[in-house]
Amino acid sequence: MTPHLPTPTLQPEEHTTRRRQLAAGVRDSFSAGLGILPLGIALGLLVVQAGLPWWLAPALAVAVFAGSLELLLVGMIAAATPPAAIALTTLAVNFRHVFYAFSFPLHLVRNRFAKAYSVYAMIDEAYAVAAALPEAERSGPRLLALQVSCQLYWAGGGLVGVALATALPAPVEGLEFALCALFTVLTLDALHARREIPSLLLAGVSVTAALLLTPGAALLTALLLFAVLLLLRHALAGHAADGEDGEDGEDGEDGQDTGTTGGAAHA
Amino acid sequence: MPSTSYLLGVLALVFSLTLALRAVPFAVLRTLRGSVIVQRLAVWMPVGIMAILAVTSLRSTVVAVPGTLHWALLAVAVTVGVHLAAGRRTILSVGIGTAVYVVLVNAW
Repeated sequence: MTPHLPTPTLQPEEHTTRRRQLAAGVRDSFSAGLGILPLGIALGLLVVQAGLPWWLAPALAVAVFAGSLELLLVGMIAAATPPAAIALTTLAVNFRHVFYAFSFPLHLVRNRFAKAYSVYAMIDEAYAVAAALPEAERSGPRLLALQVSCQLYWAGGGLVGVALATALPAPVEGLEFALCALFTVLTLDALHARREIPSLLLAGVSVTAALLLTPGAALLTALLLFAVLLLLRHALAGHAADGEDGEDGEDGEDGQDTGTTGGAAHA
Repeated sequence: MPSTSYLLGVLALVFSLTLALRAVPFAVLRTLRGSVIVQRLAVWMPVGIMAILAVTSLRSTVVAVPGTLHWALLAVAVTVGVHLAAGRRTILSVGIGTAVYVVLVNAW
């Protein structure tokens, strides 16, 4: 899906518009930050407790910038795991990002370098928050502000954790629940924007099977199963509709953006 | 403690792999723009991916603080309730839901 807003011509109020979009992006990041910050702190604590140099916490936030993988890596690095094993783990844990490209609104970011940053900084939270926003409210500056904020929470949280490791016995338990709450809320919003009940059911089947079959790698397994099920759905929809209404059959809620862009994809 | 060169090597390795996993799909999809299947997946995927993230992050929460599944489920219900009742204000819903979980876990 590649919807295209008409390129805005330069207006006097362009600057205030941009500032408002940046502010909106920072505001979007608050709820994500509620989950990211405690995880960042946990990462900083872990780094110090594993006997690794403190700078590894912010370095991971910059070089890796993928929460669950960073937490895994601390243990592997502390045990001096061979690079080949680390490479395999990285590919397995982060393979899920492959699926985000289908619906991450990268086309909103116009500047080349900003685009590169946006791809580099496409973490779960940024993907989920950005994909949940209604089409009309999205913008490049808003997306970038969200992503930069998220990365600052990660790096900042890591540094706080490093500092805390020397001062406090243990941080408050349970703050990581914020991420679960965030994804729950975003699921509700995405469902509100587009009544994709079949997708929700297929995702439910996928994640249930994944939790039963591979509890340790539930996210990756669930996404793979989900992708396979959607491909099956595509095959069925293709045969059933055979070109007449397969595209917009189930998203009448806000069909104006999907319907009009259906055939108008361009680079 | 591992050597600094090992640490830097690992960081460089993981950086290139994570970036590739994020970037290559965009490059591939650019060549497939007009295809019906890509457009359908773009519409079908978000809700499902978010639901899957919600469930798996619920699992990580409960694994991190064992024996709290019932509190986590209660907090999810509170989050959903607040979100639907208070006009879909994300920060409010996430904040209240998280506060409920943290208080329950630390109080019992």
